[in-house]
Amino acid sequence: MRFELRESRSTTLMIAAPVLAIAAALALSGVLIALAGASVIEAYRHILIGAFGTRLAFAETLTRATPLILTGLAAAVAFRARLWNIGGEGQFLIGAIAVAAVGAELTAGLPSAVAIPALFAVGAVGGMALMLVALGLRERFNVDEVVTTLLLNFVAILFVSMMVEGPLRDPLAFGWPQSVPVADNATLPRLMERTRLHAGLIVALLLAVVIYLVQARTVFGLQSKAAGFNAGAARFAGVPLGRTLVAVACISGGLAGLAGAIQVMGVRGNVTTDISPGFGYSGIVIAMLANLNPLGVIAAACFAAVMFIGADGMSRAVGVPSFIADVTVALSLLTMLVALFFTQYRVRW
Amino acid sequence: MDLIAILGSQGLWEAVLRIATPLMFGTLGALLCERAGVLNLGIEGIMAFGALIGWLAVFNGAGLWTGLLVAALSGAMFGLLHSVLTVPLGLSQHVTGLGITLFASSLAYFIFRLTVPLEASPPTIRPFQPVELGPIGDIPFVGPVLASQTAPTYLAVAVGLAMMYVLFRTPLGLAIRMTGENPHAAEAQGINPVRVRFGCIMAGSALMAMGGAFLTLSAFNSFFPTMIQGRGWVCIALVVFASWRPGWALTGALLFALVDAYQLRLQAAVEDAIPYQLFLMAPYIAAIVVLAVMARRARVPQALMKPYRRGER
Repeated sequence: MRFELRESRSTTLMIAAPVLAIAAALALSGVLIALAGASVIEAYRHILIGAFGTRLAFAETLTRATPLILTGLAAAVAFRARLWNIGGEGQFLIGAIAVAAVGAELTAGLPSAVAIPALFAVGAVGGMALMLVALGLRERFNVDEVVTTLLLNFVAILFVSMMVEGPLRDPLAFGWPQSVPVADNATLPRLMERTRLHAGLIVALLLAVVIYLVQARTVFGLQSKAAGFNAGAARFAGVPLGRTLVAVACISGGLAGLAGAIQVMGVRGNVTTDISPGFGYSGIVIAMLANLNPLGVIAAACFAAVMFIGADGMSRAVGVPSFIADVTVALSLLTMLVALFFTQYRVRW
Repeated sequence: MDLIAILGSQGLWEAVLRIATPLMFGTLGALLCERAGVLNLGIEGIMAFGALIGWLAVFNGAGLWTGLLVAALSGAMFGLLHSVLTVPLGLSQHVTGLGITLFASSLAYFIFRLTVPLEASPPTIRPFQPVELGPIGDIPFVGPVLASQTAPTYLAVAVGLAMMYVLFRTPLGLAIRMTGENPHAAEAQGINPVRVRFGCIMAGSALMAMGGAFLTLSAFNSFFPTMIQGRGWVCIALVVFASWRPGWALTGALLFALVDAYQLRLQAAVEDAIPYQLFLMAPYIAAIVVLAVMARRARVPQALMKPYRRGER
């Protein structure tokens, strides 16, 4: 048996790949559900009910998808330029805590139209700063950014813990370690009455479209792709590699930081150390499932959100631990990698 | 408070050896994979799974050594998965490794929740006890420090020494190093690079899982999610620090554990004057600094992260 490079990748295969990958991941998780002693069909039915069954459930799913779209975009933008930003988790946290630091008092007197964009920028800059540390170490000292961004995630969560127990602690929270809430005028408007769905979703969707257009239609989009595809050839062709990488790092870190900011301003109101149930790590899976396509990220993020929100309801109904959602999402990354391989190669016997 | 006095305390050095043990296992495991040319970022999740499955085996009545063995076997299985994806298929080692980390850790949490009911305090087992050393235990200072350690710590050191011997003194070691430097040349010498990589990844992953199992079977006596706390990533950094040499891997793990044990005691000594989180950051920042200092001088295996396809250059 050997693998032969396909001459061209057909569109049908490119669309089929994520669908088959997710189907395979669901089938493999089905085995685990069966081993846990529950009916597989019943469990998946309850996941769908949990995610879509009521108006509230549907709103919760979209609320969960919002930060996932942004962290997914953060990973997709970076991976496209072969910048392995695995630090979305840390950048999310720094973005969140930056907003908590500024959002409580400094923006209190400002109109919402000023305060909200200003805080978006603060969160994005926080995420950028952390990503630039990793890029700087790579460019200056030749350190693999995978390991540094991973290690910085742990530094970031400790930093958040230090802030919410120290200078940013809410004195009205009865000793509970949480930050001072952001001012009301910096809170994102609701999209649906009596749900948590907020305007951050629109921001995330718009950014996905903008990034898609930038990647498809601009010189910078081509340059960042070229930098990832073949750095040597790109440099020869006159692509300013250093500048392109810095820009990509800023966009990637900024998106993850913005995700943190939006989660604080739209859902939580304040910051605690458990603000992220692994949004940054899920973003990596989402980017891969989307095959790094910014519009695909929207769909992939919705899939992950359905699994996470649906699994909570499923867990209550049939008693299978909700961690099954994490297993499915992780498995879909591995199956997607294999599926992508077969869009590139065919098997010859 | 005397910063130097802490260094002279017996408790510190007992802690150093205890903290170093999972790092030794993990670093040696990652090192073996990388010597054969494959970066194994599955380490963090494999350690988590090893910690769970080893503990679960003992919790269900198996012996401690059986628990360690079960953990090693589970690690080898994840290694097999990693090998299939990165060696014959040649998929991105970064993404595959992260995928395995996410999969193995979420699977560990899933199995834990499934088998152990939610309680206020997690159930415990009776962990490994310190080894009886006889007369060695009577040596002043060194004796009691050594006598406070459990058997897997000695096993980790033995694995390191054995790896030193195998890698640099045997034909097998030559085959492994050659596969990591130039698999095409290895193939021309009649070595099967695919087989060498499978073997190294599986054996290396087994060691990683044993490092995780040490946490639940010796350092602590129960399992809880997020207990690995980035130790796997620290091991990946330690491989660079060790410049891909097993002897230095052991030394690096000890130095690193010294930083960790020292910051824990410093934390207690300064009480509230400095936020404790700053101390907890120290190991991660130390790992990043180590990478920055060492990465330039590091002699990376030349074929690291380059998939090998027969007849393709």
